Amino acid sequence: MISLKSVTHRYDQQQDIRFEDWQIDAGSQWLLLGASGSGKSTLLHILTGILKPVQGAVTIKGTSIYDLSSKELDQFRGRNIGIVFQRPHLIKSLNISENLVIAQSFAKLPTNLKRVNEVLDALGIADKKHAYPDQLSQGQLQRVSIARAVINKPALLIADEPTSSLDDNNAAVVLELLMQQSGANQATLVVATHDKRVKDAFKHTYELS
Amino acid sequence: MSPIKISWKSLWSKPLSSALNMMLIAFGTGILTILLLASNQISQKLDNNSKDIDLVVGAKGSPLQLILSSIYYIDFPTGNIPLKAAKELSRSPLVKRAVPLALGDNYNGTRIVGTDSNFVALYQLKLENGKFWNTDFEATIGAGVAQSQQLKVGDTFYGAHGLSSSSDVHKSHPYTVSGVLESQGNVTDNLILTNIASVWKMHDDHEDDHHQHDNAEKQIENDDHKELTSLLIQYRSPMSVAIFPRMVNETTNMQAASPAQESTRLFSLIGVGVETLQWFAVLIMLIAAISVFVNLYNSLKERKYDLAIMRTLGASRGKLFGIVIIEGIILTFAGTIIGVALGHFALQFIGHYQESNQARLTGMIFLQEEIYLFVAGLAIGIFAAIIPAIQAYRSNISKILSKN
Repeated sequence: MISLKSVTHRYDQQQDIRFEDWQIDAGSQWLLLGASGSGKSTLLHILTGILKPVQGAVTIKGTSIYDLSSKELDQFRGRNIGIVFQRPHLIKSLNISENLVIAQSFAKLPTNLKRVNEVLDALGIADKKHAYPDQLSQGQLQRVSIARAVINKPALLIADEPTSSLDDNNAAVVLELLMQQSGANQATLVVATHDKRVKDAFKHTYELS
Repeated sequence: MSPIKISWKSLWSKPLSSALNMMLIAFGTGILTILLLASNQISQKLDNNSKDIDLVVGAKGSPLQLILSSIYYIDFPTGNIPLKAAKELSRSPLVKRAVPLALGDNYNGTRIVGTDSNFVALYQLKLENGKFWNTDFEATIGAGVAQSQQLKVGDTFYGAHGLSSSSDVHKSHPYTVSGVLESQGNVTDNLILTNIASVWKMHDDHEDDHHQHDNAEKQIENDDHKELTSLLIQYRSPMSVAIFPRMVNETTNMQAASPAQESTRLFSLIGVGVETLQWFAVLIMLIAAISVFVNLYNSLKERKYDLAIMRTLGASRGKLFGIVIIEGIILTFAGTIIGVALGHFALQFIGHYQESNQARLTGMIFLQEEIYLFVAGLAIGIFAAIIPAIQAYRSNISKILSKN
């Protein structure tokens, strides 16, 4: 279970942004809606432990994440939170398989090539294992970034505008993969988007005003 | 996956700029290595060769030339001195040992030195095989000569007039190799030793059977018209330093030159060049350091996002710091290794094509001081990487991620 409690953030000298309290049940799938500038990214960063809010607490699996030290938080994030960005952002000097292995080792988990193959298989890109990021298409790269986000079986899978740079076909595929992977890995899914194509797929919605 | 592997892969992903940085470091280190090895070897050779010689007495002229020709066997002699005067000096109570030298002939560029048993005692020569020269036209050769000219005990060869050319060969008297010396690590490795009478006889063939004496010493006593090239002097006591050179320079027609003084003078002349090159190399290293810095700094700009992603994957700030520092160290350390290897190869190459046997340099010697080059390489790597690494450590990932 993930909860957001009386969280307020303020970028230096600007107006406070207040976020409504939010309870996310384990395994549920949420859509985070909001116009650009409404604080969507800010909330996602707060939720993933990248940005410490001025006030309030974020609790994931019983851990209040901003009470952890910087190093502990990095490791907690590596193990429990998977993030899919708008653009895939893989590490260019490493091949696809290594890009997944690195996620295991940064989270201080042992290298598990079986798991790497399993995830790549599930996402239908097992044949690209030894290719480098610049040899793949945008759609394929986005799949790799989903694979990287779920490799450590996170409790929370967060996707920030995962479909906005993809065409209709790929957008549908990526969305389906996200939902399917969060289900397969028993991860809670939060997708932030302003993409209308995505809306219908979700039951729960958290809207920023 | 270890940080070292991540750094290594990152360098490999931009091979051109990595290679350029390594080359700069390697070039600087290479020059420093050559300078270090060469100046060390030259000063060691100078010291080794003049170790037990306090003074050289020869014909008037340049003292440096006298030292070069009589101790290092590289320049031409200043001229000849009368045997009679040389003998008087040898008997002086201030002198412990006087070694006569008669130069003038060569065999394929290797100098033939007419001398006596004092030479053997002075340089503490030992035989590898055979025996020391005993009669006229017997020669004992240095280890280097045996190797380069492929001579062994019992072989014969003809000397040629002059110190380097082999055009004017003395066909009438062949030398016979009577012995080969152990390698001494000094000039004697590249000399052919014989008695003084042989050198004389070579030059007045007409007088044929005039002197039939085997003993060179006796001949010296018998003949007042004969000449020597120089005398190597060992003092009896330190007191002699004050009196003996002045006595030679003022009361005789000869000059006295101190190897220690002249070597110092020679080294101070070379020193200017060495110092210039040293500064040049340091400058190259500095440019290399800046280039590594710029390279890391620029690549950090491109990789800001990569590094931020690594943080979201669970890497700590410290780990990112380490990754950037290791990249710098790998670049400079690899450059240093290449540079040191290059320096050794280059010196070996130079030595191979050097004309003079006496001052031949080699790249096969490793010095302890070379460790400092590696330390310097490491320091440059850390120095160049520290600012980018601190930036990576401090970067605000939320800001970086929201910019895209």
